[in-house]
Amino acid sequence: MTRFNAFSLLKNALSGNKNWTEQWPEVEPKSSYDVIIVGAGGHGLGAAYYLAKEHGITNVAVIDKGWLGGGNTGRNTTIIRSNYLYDESARLYDHAVDLWEDLSQDLNYNVMYSRRGVLMLAHNVHDVQSFKRHIHANRLNGVDNRWLTPEECKEYCPPLSISKNARYPVMGGALQERAGTARHDAVAWGYARGAAMRGVDIIQNCPVTAIRRNADGSVAGVETAKGFIKANKVGVSAAGHTSVVMQTADVRLPLESYPLQALVSEPVKPIFPCVVMSNAVHAYISQSDKGELVIGSGTDQYTSYSQRGGLPLIEHTVAAITEIFPIFNRMRMLRKWGGIVDVTPDRSAIISKTPVDGLYVNCGWGTGGFKATPGSAHTFAWTIAKNEPHPINAPFTMERFRTGRLIDEAAAAAVAH
Amino acid sequence: MLLIHCPYCDETLPEAEFTYAGQAHVIRHPEPSSQTDQEWEEFLFIRENVKGDHFERWRHFHGCGRYFNAVRNTVSDKFLTTYKAGAPRPQLSDLKEGGE
Repeated sequence: MTRFNAFSLLKNALSGNKNWTEQWPEVEPKSSYDVIIVGAGGHGLGAAYYLAKEHGITNVAVIDKGWLGGGNTGRNTTIIRSNYLYDESARLYDHAVDLWEDLSQDLNYNVMYSRRGVLMLAHNVHDVQSFKRHIHANRLNGVDNRWLTPEECKEYCPPLSISKNARYPVMGGALQERAGTARHDAVAWGYARGAAMRGVDIIQNCPVTAIRRNADGSVAGVETAKGFIKANKVGVSAAGHTSVVMQTADVRLPLESYPLQALVSEPVKPIFPCVVMSNAVHAYISQSDKGELVIGSGTDQYTSYSQRGGLPLIEHTVAAITEIFPIFNRMRMLRKWGGIVDVTPDRSAIISKTPVDGLYVNCGWGTGGFKATPGSAHTFAWTIAKNEPHPINAPFTMERFRTGRLIDEAAAAAVAH
Repeated sequence: MLLIHCPYCDETLPEAEFTYAGQAHVIRHPEPSSQTDQEWEEFLFIRENVKGDHFERWRHFHGCGRYFNAVRNTVSDKFLTTYKAGAPRPQLSDLKEGGE
């Protein structure tokens, strides 16, 4: 694997770009590993990367039933922000943003992290009060967030309509300038390459069918389509399919899997400079570097593993977007797709040890996991390596649903995570 | 768009008329104060989240307003049956996709 730098670019350009080596090798699984990560999305690949880089654990495999980054990592709207209300969430998501800032340098891979700012619009008095409370709470936690008047919102995001006659008038907005977007595929590829460079095996198209346990209850390894693979520790990072995998180890989690849809328009010239979210109408929009408007909203109402979702939700989403941005009402939508997201009752993640010795789980990211990728992966690797949580993910246990110590972002935001 | 059969109205109608109401047959213990923290966790938070045939509740929100139960496959999203609240849980072996 070649390191990317000006010299290697020039050298390969001169040889017609025919001598680039593979970014990660195609490997057959070994019979045993120190750690197996189930799920090769950003969170799983990142965990393997940090296990190798920061904890010196390189006898690691990442196993996925499909291709790497083919689940929710490749299906989200790539929004990054950390303006969460509660202290625990603010620490976790801001840890992720700290890592996002240097991720391209760290991975030697351009993840195209773009600090273009996330503007959350307020359309009614309740929104105004709630967002101002969020802003104060964020600032106390050292998370940047500030209030903009409608005129300032318009200046920050010119396509916005601030007409007083709008169906959803803009009464102001909360702006996190450090927030933005990144290239989702590059995150998976960058982590995969970084992990593979340090000796991690990445095994694609190999479903894990069960987690096997020893007679004393501890983890023995995983059953896969390519046979049994022994492991001392298993970390499950399987998003919408976490319940299905964990059930084979007799661990039941407070998760429900819902389809979350997104769509993109035809590509157009740069028009939209930032990310805009609206909780009241429940939609969000940004423009990708390819020029497509990237649009998303909430989950479908029913649980499903179909990776499709229904059209009523798309209709609602597009109606909301064209209401706030009438300028887009003649644009044609190009594609829509769905991912399966695992939602917890309090809408906060679980990064935790489990009652099974040697089994760890990173799940429950619901509709907002992409933004957390580096922070989630980093603290999950720590939890696996040291068999105890990092201080940042310590509150995100699975026991909180028994003790009642919830991190209730569901109540704090209601929507749009 | 799902098409859902309301067992009270006896009509098959678009999804937009209905709201989803979670897993069916979750029973509240008659003596809640006797329950342990673990039993409360089970009752409040732990769900089957099954990949396959799922027993679930729906409400005909923009119609008769009543809750009913359904069996739907969570991979194909097709309904196997719907039945009135309080009716016994049907045997999966008796059901086939698209049946009413």
